Amino acid sequence: MFGLKGDWSLDVKERYFTLDDYSGAVPRWCTGCGDHGILAAIHRVCRDAQITPEKTVAVSGIGCSSRLPHYMNTYGFHGLHGRAMPVACGVKSRRPDLDVWVATGDGDCFSIGAAHWIHAMRYNMDLTMLVFDNGIYGLTKKQTSPTTPLDVPTNTHPSGALLPPLNPLTVTLGITNISFVAQIVDWNAQLRHEVIKKAHEHKGTGFVRIIQRCPVYVESIGKGLQDEPTRMQLLTHEKGVQVDDSVKRLFPNHAEHDPTDLAAALTIAANDSILPLGILYHNPDAICYDQISSVGLEMSTDERLAGMNQALDHFAI
Amino acid sequence: MSSSQVAGDTKYLFKRENTWWVKVAVPRQLRSTLGYDLRRSLRTHDIDVARKARWEAIKELRDKIEKSKAAHGAEAVEAGSKPVEKGNGSRQAARGAQTIDQHIVEIVSDSGEGAQKCGQILGLVSGKMGNGVWTVEIIPAEIQPPAREPQGASGIRVRMGSHYVTNMGNQADMVVAFNEQVLYSRISNGAYKEGTVVLLENMWAEDPEERIRNQYREALADFQARGLVVYELPLQKECLKLVNDPRKGKNMFVLGMLCRIYRRDIEKAKDEIAKIFKRKSEKVIKINHDLFDAGYAFARDNIDYEYEIPSTDDERLKSAIVVNGNTAAGLGVMAAGIDLVAMYPITPATSASHYLAEDFHLTGGFVHQAEDEIAAIGFAIGASYAGKTACTITSGPGIALKTEMIGLAVMAEIPLVIIDVQRGGPSTGLPTKVEQGDLLASLYGSPGDSPKVVIAAATISECFHFVIMARKLAESFRTPVLLLTDANLATGVQPIARPDVSDEWFAPPLDQSAWDEQVAPYDWDETSGLSERPIPGMRGGEYILTGLAHNRNSKIAYDTASNQEGADMRSRKLAALSATLKPPEVHGDPTGDLLIVGWGSTLGAIEEAVDLARAQGKKVSSLHLRFLSPLEPGLKDIFAGFKKVMTIELNYSDDPDAPLINEETRRYAQLALVLRAHTLLDIDCWSVVPGHPLSPHRIGSVIDARLEKLEGAE
Ligand SMILES: Cc1ncc(C[n+]2csc(CCOP(=O)(O)OP(=O)(O)O)c2C)c(N)n1
Ligand code: SF4
Ligand SMILES: [Mg+2]
Repeated sequence: MFGLKGDWSLDVKERYFTLDDYSGAVPRWCTGCGDHGILAAIHRVCRDAQITPEKTVAVSGIGCSSRLPHYMNTYGFHGLHGRAMPVACGVKSRRPDLDVWVATGDGDCFSIGAAHWIHAMRYNMDLTMLVFDNGIYGLTKKQTSPTTPLDVPTNTHPSGALLPPLNPLTVTLGITNISFVAQIVDWNAQLRHEVIKKAHEHKGTGFVRIIQRCPVYVESIGKGLQDEPTRMQLLTHEKGVQVDDSVKRLFPNHAEHDPTDLAAALTIAANDSILPLGILYHNPDAICYDQISSVGLEMSTDERLAGMNQALDHFAI
Repeated sequence: MSSSQVAGDTKYLFKRENTWWVKVAVPRQLRSTLGYDLRRSLRTHDIDVARKARWEAIKELRDKIEKSKAAHGAEAVEAGSKPVEKGNGSRQAARGAQTIDQHIVEIVSDSGEGAQKCGQILGLVSGKMGNGVWTVEIIPAEIQPPAREPQGASGIRVRMGSHYVTNMGNQADMVVAFNEQVLYSRISNGAYKEGTVVLLENMWAEDPEERIRNQYREALADFQARGLVVYELPLQKECLKLVNDPRKGKNMFVLGMLCRIYRRDIEKAKDEIAKIFKRKSEKVIKINHDLFDAGYAFARDNIDYEYEIPSTDDERLKSAIVVNGNTAAGLGVMAAGIDLVAMYPITPATSASHYLAEDFHLTGGFVHQAEDEIAAIGFAIGASYAGKTACTITSGPGIALKTEMIGLAVMAEIPLVIIDVQRGGPSTGLPTKVEQGDLLASLYGSPGDSPKVVIAAATISECFHFVIMARKLAESFRTPVLLLTDANLATGVQPIARPDVSDEWFAPPLDQSAWDEQVAPYDWDETSGLSERPIPGMRGGEYILTGLAHNRNSKIAYDTASNQEGADMRSRKLAALSATLKPPEVHGDPTGDLLIVGWGSTLGAIEEAVDLARAQGKKVSSLHLRFLSPLEPGLKDIFAGFKKVMTIELNYSDDPDAPLINEETRRYAQLALVLRAHTLLDIDCWSVVPGHPLSPHRIGSVIDARLEKLEGAE
C-alpha cells in the first residue's frame, strides 16, 4: 500500500489489506438482522486501521451475535455462553501485541456473564468490546433478556417482560477504572463506523452498547426507535464523535456532552426517557491491566534459569 | 485452691465441683509412667465422709505406686522412653542421650501462640542435620478461634527420622501443649497413644478463674487415665523472667526445650530464628535467642528425656530444599516455563498462588486473581490459546465451577494445566482437610465425552515434577491435564532433593513462524488423534476455535461423520499416550496374597504399612498409580499375581457391613470403581473420610483384617 508518512515521503508497505482480508464465512444471520451492519463496520475499521489479520483475535460467547468470529478471516475464539470476556482478557494478558475484539450479546454479557462484564471493565484491557443488544435471547428463540423492555412478550413471559429493563450504561459507568463507554444503534452506518473506530483506537476497553435489531423476534424494539428518532439524542462534542449533518438531521435531538465528564455521563445515562447516542465517557489515562499482566515477557531463557535457581535457593538447606 | 478455703483437716484431699478427691504424690522416677500424682474421686460433697473414706483410697493409690516401682526397677535400663532419675547437674554426663530411629513430636496451642513457627524451625533444623522429616500443620478452621477450646487447636506435628520420612506417621511420642483443652482436639483425632509424653503448661492450675483451674485439674486426671504421661511445666513462669507477654515468645522457649531434648544443633536453630525476625530489630532477635537459651537450659536441668536421632545418608537429602506440596507445585509451575497462573482463592489451594505471587517474577510469570473460578480458567484458556500453556489452580468446589470450561478445552483441544488441591467434599465440605474425593469428578465430571489427562502426585517431590510433566503432556497431546494433589501434600513439609533445573523443562519460546496454509488447524493423525495447533500471530494459520462440533478445519459441523470423527480423535489421544507409558512397579513381591492399590498422597503411609507387614512375613504388596487417565498399562496382569486386590483411599465408600449394604447397594471407593470397570476384576476397597491423612497403623490394621478373611492366606 502507499501511505504518506509524517515527512510526506512515500511509505511502501509490504502488505495492504482489503475488506476481503478480514472477511470469513458468509454470515448466516437472518435477513434484516442488525448484526450484518455491525460486522461490516468491523471489517471497515480493521481495513482502515490496516491491522494485521493474523495478529487479530475475535472472541465471543454464545448467541446469534457470538457467531461473529466465524465471519472474520482472522484468528477467532467462539467459546462459552457468557464467558467471552475472561477468555479475551486471557488472550490479551500475555499477548499485548494482539488486536482483540469481543462480540457478545445482551444475554451473554448482561445476564450469564454479568460478573465478567463488571470485572473486565475494571481490568480495562486494551480491547474492543461490542455488545449486540437486541433486547432478547435470539439464538435460543425469544426468551426475556435483562434488557427486554417492560411488557414486550417473550416465550418465557408471554404476557410481557415482568420487570423494567436493566440499564447497561449506568451499570458500566458505575464501575471504577472504566475508560470508554459509548452507545449506538446498528442502523446508522456513519455513527456506527465512527464510534466503533474510536472504541478501537482507544487504549483500554472500548465498550460499545449497540442497540441491535432482531426483526424475527422483537421487531417492535428496533422499529419503534426507527419510527420515532426523537426518542434518541445525539451526543455532540469536539472530544466525542464527529458526524455529518445528514446524521444530525436523522437524530434531531442533540446534547452537547463532554465525554471526560463522568458525572454528566451518569446523568445522561440515567435518564430513561431518551436514549443517548455517541460517546458517553472517555478517559485515555485509566490503568490497563494488560500492561501489568504482561510483565516478564522479555526475559531470556538464561534469565529465567537464573531466576529459577534463585527461587530454589530460598528453600535450600 | 478451693480446698484451702475449708477449715480443718484436708490432708490428701481436694475438692472439685463440689466433690472431694484424694491425691497422692508420685515419686520422681515413676512420674514418666504415672504422672506427678494419682487421684481418685471420693464421690461425696461431705467433708466428714471424705475424711473417713480417704484412707482406703490412699492405700489403693499407694499400692499402685508400689506395683509400678517393682515393674519399673526391672525395665528401667532399656525402657528408653522413660526418663531415668539422676542427681541434678550431673545428669547429662551420667546418662547421655538415647539413640532412636525416629520420633514424632507435636506442639499444640491456641492460635497466635506460634506453635507452628516453633515446629517449622525444629523441622528445618532436623532437615539440615540430615534427618528425614515430615511436618504437618494443624490448622483451625477459623482465623481467631476463642482461646482454650479444643476446636481452636492450632499446632504442628514434626516427624523426625534417621531414614527418609514419607508421611506423618502414627501416634505422637511427645507433645508440648500450651493449654490442656487444645490437646483434646488431637486426642479425638487419635493422635496419641498410651505412653505419649505430654509436656503441659501448668499456669492454668493457678488461674484466677476457678472454672479454668477446675478444667485443668480434671483434664490432668483424664489424661492420666488415658495413659498419657503428663509433665506439668512452668513455661509461662519461666518465660516471664525474660518477657512481659509470653504469648509471644513462649514458642521459642519451647523450641529451646525441644532442641535440648532432641539434641538439635543450637547454632542452626539460632540461625533460623534470626532469619524469621530478619525484618525486625537486633533486639527482637536477641530476646528470642534468650528465650531459646532459657528453654534449652530449662530442659537440661528439669527434663530427663534426651534423644539422638542419627542422620541418614539418603541421596535425596544431600542437596535438598524444604517445601510443602503447594510451594513445590508453585516452583513446578515456574520450572515448567509456564508464565501465567489464573486463580480464585480457595483453601487449600491458595497458598500455591501465595507463593507464586512472591517469586513468580523471577521467571517472568504473573498470577491473575480472577473474579471467580470460571473466569480464572477462562483467562488461562485465553492465554493458552494465544501463546504458552497456562495454568489454573483450585480445589473441589472450583473444579465444579470450571467443569464447562474444561469441556471447552477438551473439545477445542486447548493445552492447559489444571491443578486440583483436593479437600473434603461435597459442597463446601471440609475446607482445610484432606480427601481424595475428586477423582471421578476429574475423570467424568463433564457432560458428553470429555477425555482428558488426569495424573496424581503421590509425594511432595511429585507436586513439583508433575507440573513439568503436565505442561509437556498438555502441549504434546493438545489437551487439558488435570493434576490432582491434596491438602495432605499441600501442607506437609519435607526436605526433597533439590531439582536440577534444566531449560529443557521450560516451554519453548512463542512460535510465530508462518503456518502452512495447507495444514488444517486440526490436522488429526488418524491413528493417534494428534495434531499441531496454530497460534495467533502465525501467518496463514488463522482459524476460528469453537466449542461447537467441528471438522478438521475448525468449521462448525453438525453432521454425523464430523461429530464422530472429532470424538474419535479426542479419545484416541489417550490411547496414544497410554502406549507411551510403562506398567507401574509393584512395591514388594510381584505376587502374593494381597495387593493394595493406592493413588495420591497415601503413598508414604501405604508403603510404610506394607513394609511393616512384609517384615512380619505377610504376603502383601502395594501398587501406586500416578496416571488415572489414561490408566497405566498392564494392570490386569499385575492384579493376576494376587489372591486379593483392594484399593485403600481417602474418599467415601459404603462399609460392606453397614445396614442395607449388600453386593447390589454397595458404593465403591473412586479408584476401585474405575479399576473394576477397567479390569472386570472383583476389586475390593477400604476407604474412609476422616478429614486427616491415613496413618501407617490404620492401614496396617486394614491389611491384617483383609488377610484374615482371605482363605488360605499364609
Ligand atoms: C451455560 C449455557 N446456558 C445456556 C445456553 C443457551 N444459550 C445459548 S445462547 C443463549 C442466549 C443468547 O442471547 P444473547 O446473548 O442475547 O445473544 P443473541 O442470540 O440474542 O445474539 C442461551 C441462553 C448455553 N449455550 N450455555
Ligand atoms: S434471530 Fe434475531 S438476532 Fe438472531 S440472527 Fe435472526 S434476526 Fe439476528
Ligand atoms: Mg440478545
